[in-house]
This record gives sequence, structure tokens and C-alpha cells, in this order.
Amino acid sequence: MALTTDDIKQIAHLARVGVDEASLEPLRADLSTVLGLIEDLNAIDTKGVEPMAHPGNAQLRLRADEVSEENRREALQAPSPETEQGYFLVPRVIE
Amino acid sequence: MSWETVIGLEIHAQLATRSKIFSGASTAFGAEPNTQASAVDLGLPGVLPVVNAGVVEMAVRFALATDAHITQRSQFARKNYFYPDLPKGYQISQMALPIVGEGAVTVSLPDGSEKTINITRAHLEEDAGKSVHDLFPDKTGIDLNRAGTPLLEIVSEPDMRSAEEAVAYARYIHALVRYIEICDGNMQEGSFRCDANISVRPSGQSEFGTRAEIKNLNSFRFLERAILFEVERQIELLEDGHEVVQETRLYDSEKDETRSMRSKEEANDYRYFPDPDLPPLVVEDAFIEQVRSNMPELPKVRRTRFIEQYKLTPTDADTLMADRATAEYFEAVLDGQKFAPKLAANWIIGELSGRLNKENCDIEHASVQPSRMAQLLARIEDGTISGKIGKQVFDEMWGNDASADDVIEKKGLKQITDTSAIEAMIDEVIAANPSQVAEYQGGKEKLLSFFVGAVMKASKGKANPGQLNQILREKLKSS
Repeated sequence: MALTTDDIKQIAHLARVGVDEASLEPLRADLSTVLGLIEDLNAIDTKGVEPMAHPGNAQLRLRADEVSEENRREALQAPSPETEQGYFLVPRVIE
Repeated sequence: MSWETVIGLEIHAQLATRSKIFSGASTAFGAEPNTQASAVDLGLPGVLPVVNAGVVEMAVRFALATDAHITQRSQFARKNYFYPDLPKGYQISQMALPIVGEGAVTVSLPDGSEKTINITRAHLEEDAGKSVHDLFPDKTGIDLNRAGTPLLEIVSEPDMRSAEEAVAYARYIHALVRYIEICDGNMQEGSFRCDANISVRPSGQSEFGTRAEIKNLNSFRFLERAILFEVERQIELLEDGHEVVQETRLYDSEKDETRSMRSKEEANDYRYFPDPDLPPLVVEDAFIEQVRSNMPELPKVRRTRFIEQYKLTPTDADTLMADRATAEYFEAVLDGQKFAPKLAANWIIGELSGRLNKENCDIEHASVQPSRMAQLLARIEDGTISGKIGKQVFDEMWGNDASADDVIEKKGLKQITDTSAIEAMIDEVIAANPSQVAEYQGGKEKLLSFFVGAVMKASKGKANPGQLNQILREKLKSS
């Protein structure tokens, strides 16, 4: 499947990744190759194979509904650039 | 042209677990900011989500209560978007394989009819944190206490045709989730939130019109107002030759209007994919059976039972059933008593509810608990006091632990049933009001209530109303 550079811009925007103009074409070519590889898989006949969301037979282990975490706000906020009154501060966001 | 309204609801019910869906942090409401946000909730590198068994049990309860299909091998997925109160950059939700599949509920409408609303699915997901915009001058504050709180998103089919039906369905689900104890239903605290998908189409057309999704409906009144506004807006657009744009709109309760929230151009590109951290969630038959055996009596079963066993009207049954605690109070009052269930229903719906509303108190904490209420009603039933005096006794009992008998005895409120005593009071009133007697005898029969009132007042409300009426009529005729 061939991607356009507009696709690349859109994907980069959705992922909030900065991509300069010069990188668009090489990225487009690389990603198109990757998609080509995945398309090859479509050639395999999967009739009768149950769809799986996960490889293998793993299944979730559950935990009991118990509060096991204590308040560690101070430690967890230590690496944060800015906090005040217990809040993480971020640039103003208005809907 | 006449228009038909089409509504589907997405309800987010916050599951009443102690800990979060993927971490052991507390879900308690109202804590200091970020004191209940663990490394998992913060999305720190290297952490792994571990699913809370309580969440799975609650989802299965909901499925059993709505006759829904249970997906025994469901899957969590990542829903990707960027917002500061979503630290991982994705919300863990369910997409292709939700734990609860198709189900249905039958709701009662205000006109007494019933309607079945189909439920498309209900899936588990985590809530986001909270953004605070008004606390800091140039910054937004982020509180992640709510991040990771378990939600069950209940998605209905577009089966509702009016605001009234949508409200009836939302109320039904609200009562149901509290009945089966999976959600506290607190709408002020955001434990139960509605989004409405609304469209209109010309009557008789089978295709749906373009819909708008209305968010932020945190009360049944707002849900109703928002639908009424939105339907009118869409009809106006279409009749003026414009089109409805598919978009998310926000209901503003102060202005009572909906307004566009964000353009759909880049919305809905959430790039869902199965969460590699979470293998399939397997629900075994034995687990389902265990949940089933612990289910309380469901509202629809209880409603039928109340109507048949206690001969209640559907309206009274619905009122008593609105929450489980009230229904249980009602049955506790009746336990071992001989009086008519209707008497208990009237008192709970009337006097008790009024008092609870006034004091902003819930029925579990009512000062007059079922056993004391039962004795009071027994005294009305056996004629010791009238219903009216009963209200006075009830007021005296509120706020202390005196029994109805204590109050009746201490205040001397026992009903006067002694015929000669009532006759004496009637004679006095008749003697004191000759002109009214003449008018009554001249045909002004509505004066009867004047005499009843006067005698009742003379008896301090204690005269037996039936006897009083009968003797009074006879005396007025013959005097």
C-alpha cells in the first residue's frame, strides 16, 4: 500500500511527532515498505483460524479489589517540571 | 412536515469498587489532589496494569440484570488521544470485544405504557483525570485521582423517540445499577453521566438523520432540556434548507442551549488496537454462576411482586422502588403487621419522604426506622388515633427514640370514640352557632365542613372522624 506525504503529515500530527519537510519523503517510502510487508501476510489463507487479539494462550490474571497503594504524591511529583497545591501544572488548556 | 426524533444514550456508570480498575489506588471521592494517583495511574514508564476482579464481577452483574450476552473472552484496547489529564496518551477501553454484549430492558413510560430499549453493548474502561482551569492564572492544574477509576459504558441502540423516553430509560438504568450495587448513582459527583446521540428525520423515513452527540448531561432534567433544545435546533436547520453537522456538542445548563464543542475533522481517529499489556479477559461459567447466585431481586421482578402481593398501583410500586433502600424499608414496615400495605405505602411516599427531603436525609438514616413506623401505623389501623393525629405523633417521634405508644400516652392523643363525649362537643358547637345551623338546614350543605372543623378543634383533633360525621349529620337534621 502506497502512502502519500499527506498521510505522513496526518500520522505525525495524530502522534504529536514533529516531522520536518525534508524527512517526509524518506518516511513515506519506509512506512510504505512496512505496510507492503504486512500486505504480504494477507496472502495467507486464514479460513478456519479463530481471530486472536493476543498471541499464545495467555489470559488475564485478576487482583482482588483492595486498596494497596498509599499516598506517594511527593515522590511521584518530584520529577515533574511544575506542581502547585498538589496539582501538576501544564500550559493552559481551554476546550 | 412532521419530524421524528431518534435518540441513543451512552451512559458512563462509575463502578463502586474500592480500588481502581488497573491499580490498587483508592477510588474514594474528594481526596486532596493526586494523593490517590499511583505510578500506574500516572502512566510512569515500566508499570503494568493488573485488572481488578471486582470490576469484572460488576460487569457480569449488569449483564445478568439486562439479559445480556456475556463475552467470555473479551479484550482491552487502547484508545489513543492526547489530553493533559490522560497521562499515558491512551485510555484503556474495550472496542471489538466488550465484556457485555447485546441486552435489553423494558421501561415504564409516564403514560403507563412500556417500551423495550435494546442495549448494544457495555464495556469496561478507565476514567481520565480532572483538569482545573480556574485555580491558576496561566496554567491548567491536573488532578489524577480520578484517572483509572473503573467505568462501565452502557451504549443503547437508537431506540428512543422522545426526551421523555430517553429520561425514562436513563432513570431505569440509574435505578438498576444502584439496585445491583455496582454504582452509587451520584450524579453530582459524576458517578453516573449521560451522553445523548440525537437526530431527527421526516416521519416515515427509515434512514436515520445526521446525529449530534451531546455531552455533559449530569442530571435527568438537563438530559431532557438538552434533547428538547437540540431537536428544535436540528428541525429548524433542516426546515431552513441547511444540514445538520455531525459533531460533539456541549449542553450549557445556564443558557439552556447546546453548542459545538469540537470539529469532527480529526476527531474519532482514536486508532484503537488491542492493548499488548493485557491478554484476553476470560470469564468462566463457574464465575458467572457464582455472580448469579449473589444477585439481589431485580427491580422488574420486585415491581411485579409488589403489585401482586401488596395490591399496590403501578405508580406507587414505581415510587417505592425508585431506590432499593426505600423498597426494603417498605417491606420491613409490613413485616408481621396486619395493616393494609397501601397505608404503609402512603406514609412512606407522603409523610416520610417529605420529612427526609426537608432534612436532606436518606432513608437508611431516617430517625423513624421501620419498627417504630410499623407501631404508629398499627395504632392508626386499630383506631387508637386518626391519620391526622398520626402525623402529629410522627413529628413527635422524629429526632428521638420514643415509641408511638409513648407519644400517644404522654400527649393524651388517644382518639375519642366515646359517643357521649362526642355528642356533648357537638351540642356545644350547635348551640354556639345558631345562624349557621339555620343556613345549613336551609340547604347550604357545604357548611357541614364548618361544623366538622369546629367540633374537631374542640376535641383537639382527637374525635373519631367517622363517628363525628355521622352524629353531627343526625344532630343537625333534628335540632
